[in-house]
Amino acid sequence: MAVMSDTALQAAPITKARGYWATVGRRIVRDKVSMVCAFILVLIFASALLAPWLGLADPYQGSMIRRLRHIGTPNYPLGTDELGRDMLARLIYGGRLSLIIGILPVIFAFVIGTSLGLVAGYVGGRLNTAIMRTVDVFYAFPSVLLAIAISGALGAGIVNSIVSLTIVFVPQITRVAESVTTGVRNMDFVEAARASGAGPFTIMRVHMLGNVLGPIFVYATGLISVSMILAAGLSFLGLGTKPPEPEWGLMLNTLRTAIYINPWVAALPGVMIFAVSICFNLLSDGMRSAMDIRN
Amino acid sequence: MSETNPLVDHLEQVEDVGGAAQPLLQVVGLTKHFPVRGDLFSPRKTVRAVDNVSFSIAKGETVGIVGESGCGKSTTARLLMHLMKRDAGDIVYDGMQVGPALSLRALRRGMQMVFQDSYASLNPRLTIEESVAFGPKVHGMADAAARKLARELLGKVGLRPETFANRYPHEISGGQRQRVNIARALALSPRLVILDEAVSALDKSVEAQVLNLLADLKREFGLTYLFISHDLNVVRYISDRVLVMYLGEVVELGPVDKVWDQPSHPYTQALLAAMPSSDPDNRTETPPISGDPPNPIDPPSGCRFHTRCPFAEPLCANATPKLSDVDTMGHQAACYMAIAGSGHSRAPANKNEMGATAA
Repeated sequence: MAVMSDTALQAAPITKARGYWATVGRRIVRDKVSMVCAFILVLIFASALLAPWLGLADPYQGSMIRRLRHIGTPNYPLGTDELGRDMLARLIYGGRLSLIIGILPVIFAFVIGTSLGLVAGYVGGRLNTAIMRTVDVFYAFPSVLLAIAISGALGAGIVNSIVSLTIVFVPQITRVAESVTTGVRNMDFVEAARASGAGPFTIMRVHMLGNVLGPIFVYATGLISVSMILAAGLSFLGLGTKPPEPEWGLMLNTLRTAIYINPWVAALPGVMIFAVSICFNLLSDGMRSAMDIRN
Repeated sequence: MSETNPLVDHLEQVEDVGGAAQPLLQVVGLTKHFPVRGDLFSPRKTVRAVDNVSFSIAKGETVGIVGESGCGKSTTARLLMHLMKRDAGDIVYDGMQVGPALSLRALRRGMQMVFQDSYASLNPRLTIEESVAFGPKVHGMADAAARKLARELLGKVGLRPETFANRYPHEISGGQRQRVNIARALALSPRLVILDEAVSALDKSVEAQVLNLLADLKREFGLTYLFISHDLNVVRYISDRVLVMYLGEVVELGPVDKVWDQPSHPYTQALLAAMPSSDPDNRTETPPISGDPPNPIDPPSGCRFHTRCPFAEPLCANATPKLSDVDTMGHQAACYMAIAGSGHSRAPANKNEMGATAA
């Protein structure tokens, strides 16, 4: 039988295995679509972050005489809004709040929902029933209604709308996490890990998490666009951002009345929401195939 | 059987408490019934997956379990590993039961298992080195030492560590994966390894290589095997003693040569007769038994084989025959035809005629 000789064994270098995430990183860099999306997102994030230093017009300074200028007007490359404020400046400044409101609730919900779903799926039994039936209660309400109800109860404000959106997304992510976990938990390698004497937390950390994270991650990034649109709805009802604060959802709502006069300018905040959402979706799709290292 | 582990840095084998005479594993009355949810109008039923199974495995021995699909072989393996709660019965490891004398962790150090599906039993997110090193780390070994041990074990199972250590399970073949699974089981320095259909999914040439590897490792590490398979040739090749299971019960057990040469239970006879012959002039033209095994939800009364047995008589349906000695070599069968004076027309009249009926 081909049992290795001792000399060959000693010659084997003890190198550290290339980690899983390093492999995923190499694979995603090769994916053109993901890289373009990542580039656009970096551009939007960087401009939002660096807005005060970009030499933009004051996003709050309006003027009655230059309302609703068209795209391409000198000095106003993207026109002006219904109060005569520079759209370019407002769109870039608007990214600051919109991205925070879009992403933070999803991140919070991702952490909470994944933990709940993992425990529910791995432990099973009564704990699963307790967690999943509680989650179902939240499912009974349409997400918009739920966000409005929670926001209304907590009071207006950006922090409260982040909290309410987190609560809206936790059940959805929990449910995805639970179903993925249930699928992985019945596989033989989990049995083998139990057979080697590992406790439930070690098994969840080493063997479950890496296998369930991918699908949950992809689902969660898809929620970022929903989150931005829900946040816009809350702002519209006076529960989230308040005028004159620039925020894409709020801008979309206030420009709504101008859609027959200057539809292109009115559509711009929507274009931004669309661009960010589609980029997140395509990037998460790229991530999923990069994480599926079997191919 | 060598007591010295050839690996430089490894977990100590769980201590041999009982000495050579103490069986490594004693199983008494092992039973597992799965509830099947009945619908609104029918009562709950149970599948009797494993029913009152008893056997023992001596130190250094290889015991085979054979039987057709669904006879409870794999359930038995999972019960022995304590991966599943048993309904009744005792599992005694080296004279100790899990409890104050023997922790579950210690039992799992002393008893490891290789699963049938080589792919599903390896975490796709871990390199094979990480998979093998996981067990020792759980038992307190430092990361670097565990990885070193993993590489050494990969070498022992015939996989060059510098080529394979950093690969993922999907990057290697089925035979190589099963070698990794064997290395993973050995990483905890067990004394008993349960091989649940460990070679069944491999093609014949690879299967032979892995069987030889198992024989080598057994000698090198002083292992005891419980070898579960539906492949009779493989079981005969590797086992010292064999258990034949039918519908959750042991119907025959004994030294493998005795059972193969003089099968006493009609089910064993049928199983052996169903083996394909390599001689074209000696083909099996008619199936030795017909029909599917009965539904284990509602097993037949008495001897569970009587519905398919060519020699069944009224008494077979009345009461279950007990495992009884066929000879003095430890060959036992649960059949009235093997029990002297049982009332079956083919039963030996007295002890001197034992075994003659089976021929």
